[in-house]
Amino acid sequence: MDAALLSQYVVNGLMQGMMYALVAVGFTLFFGVLNVIQFSHGDVLMVGSFVGYSAIMGVIAVGIDNPYIALAAALIAAVTLVGLLGAVIARLFVLPLRSSPPLNTLLITLMLGTVLRESVRLFFPHGSHPKRFPPLLPTDSIAIGGFDLRVDSVMLLIAGLLVIVAIHLVINRTRLGLAIRAVAQDEETAMTMGINFRFVVLVTFVIGSAVAAFAGIMNGLYYNEINFNSGLLLGVIGFAAAIVGGLGSIYGAILGGFLFAALQTVGAVAMPFDSAYKDVFAFTVVIALMAWRPTGLIAERVSERV
Amino acid sequence: MKWGMIKGAVAASAVALSLAAGPVQAKETVKIAFIGPLTGGASSIGLGGRNSAQLAVQLRNEDPDTEYDYELVTLDDACKPNVGVQVATKAAADREIVGAITQYCSAVAMAAVNVYHRFQLPVIVWGAVLPDITYGNDYPEVHRVNGTMINQNETAARFMTDKGYEKWVIIHDTTDYGKGHNKYFSKSLKANGGEVLGTFGVSADQQDFTAELTEAKSMDPDVIYFGGLTPVGVRIRRQMERLGIDAQFEGTSGIISDSYIDGLGDLAEGTVAFLEGAPLSKLPGGDYFKAQYEEAGFSEPAEAYGPFAFAATGLLMDTIEEVGPDRAKVTKALAEVDDADSIVGKIRFDEHGQNEVAQITKYVVQDGEWVVWEDSEYASGERSLTGAE
Repeated sequence: MDAALLSQYVVNGLMQGMMYALVAVGFTLFFGVLNVIQFSHGDVLMVGSFVGYSAIMGVIAVGIDNPYIALAAALIAAVTLVGLLGAVIARLFVLPLRSSPPLNTLLITLMLGTVLRESVRLFFPHGSHPKRFPPLLPTDSIAIGGFDLRVDSVMLLIAGLLVIVAIHLVINRTRLGLAIRAVAQDEETAMTMGINFRFVVLVTFVIGSAVAAFAGIMNGLYYNEINFNSGLLLGVIGFAAAIVGGLGSIYGAILGGFLFAALQTVGAVAMPFDSAYKDVFAFTVVIALMAWRPTGLIAERVSERV
Repeated sequence: MKWGMIKGAVAASAVALSLAAGPVQAKETVKIAFIGPLTGGASSIGLGGRNSAQLAVQLRNEDPDTEYDYELVTLDDACKPNVGVQVATKAAADREIVGAITQYCSAVAMAAVNVYHRFQLPVIVWGAVLPDITYGNDYPEVHRVNGTMINQNETAARFMTDKGYEKWVIIHDTTDYGKGHNKYFSKSLKANGGEVLGTFGVSADQQDFTAELTEAKSMDPDVIYFGGLTPVGVRIRRQMERLGIDAQFEGTSGIISDSYIDGLGDLAEGTVAFLEGAPLSKLPGGDYFKAQYEEAGFSEPAEAYGPFAFAATGLLMDTIEEVGPDRAKVTKALAEVDDADSIVGKIRFDEHGQNEVAQITKYVVQDGEWVVWEDSEYASGERSLTGAE
């Protein structure tokens, strides 16, 4: 395999890995603070991409054809509204179920995902058709040997990296992050220390969902196409990535995301079967990894919760 | 006197009646059945087919020179295999029904052909496209006037190799539909001297094709062929552009839809695809059919397969006229149909009862519309396909 081809695979894999990592970060944040699985997270991402799409269409409709204004509008609308959606989900479906078995939260959010997905399909104009997401970033490509590196791919990768750095800084360098970490470690002690538990949970859901909305826009810009059922598989993959990386650990989630994308690429390219089975291959390896490291590649420091 | 008057009146009216109804009385009424989806999601096609079959029967009954009068029994299979088997049994068990025009939905047809065979009811399929309906069995009762994905891919392979393309990469979804297209296209391509560099089976809800397409790009094909439906077709075409793949994109009937064009915008330009059947204006008897259909005043349009239902009904009645209302004789006579004229062109059944001269139409996207190839600027030379000679 020549270097050009290999670089192309690496860029493809990095792009996918970045999206999976951003989804996985949400799962791991929610699990960290509340010990719950928010299974509609993939569909929240999809809602993010549709909100962004609507904002872009709105900007175009009022006659502004500057792509960067459209992009800014899409980002602001998606991040704000979907962040809010995350808070609403936490307030209405997750917090009230705190004292019931975690399985109930998993089920209720699983159903909520279906509601979100079907609502977009039914109520968004022509929601069941794939939508063309306008290419707002420059579509030029830089030819390096036989390999075309698209400028927009590079920009998306850098943006994703910046988001990951920002999450890292918020969690590790701010008072809010300290509170989130405190709740994650021991919510009762955190509450006795004067931390507003409800507020921390809501903010965590806002952050996780806003990151998913960002990933939704990224998804739209990269594939130039969005559709109502793209969230389902992304959610499952994000969840698997979070688990294999170590649920509760942000770095584990990121590692898990890139690992899953790498496995898919290997499954599609280097394995002697139809590339339709690349997901089967990737999930099989994930199952094997989970059997080997039940707490994930990067385990939580405190796995005992009383 | 009174009695005589009554007798006279009776005699007169009897004469009048026999005069008026004379030719009719001499004719025996023959029942034939139409089976298709009259309710449910595919009902618009089913109702168009039923109306077309009805129209064929009406026109035939208006003709004074026919041997028989025809009565059309219409049954609804709802596009569901279980319902389809029930109504197929109902039609087949009724010995008065001599033959039937059956099925639009392939899954229903696959289940129902066994029933027709068991009861030895000769049928002509008017819309279902799965090859196995005729090729998956050796039932002499089963015939089909419309083309299948085999015909579609034969036309596709011949057309593209004639344009000078030599090397293909095939991507197909792993459903029966996609796998069938891969199988028949690969076969036809080989027969026409084309080369398949690589084949990728992908899942029908996959989002990312960059890994497959990167590998495809390294093979440097002239054409990327996709056997599958619109959503995946849109993604593959889009991601080809992202990866800088400069090959012609060729699809199947599964991508011929407005949402393919909506999903891609300008990028859809120049995509070619092939469809069984043809728009009315391209059919040999299309104008005649259209005029008659409009005059009959049906409330639903004939839809894509109406002309095929019309042609199948006509062929069945022609055969009954020839050999009489007897199932075995009709089956035997249908097997020998060769170059029969119909509004969808010539009909010639092969040993499986499949019409060999099935109509396939070539389409190309031009300015945001699927245009019949012959009418396009690509055919006239004003525009050219990617990499075409």
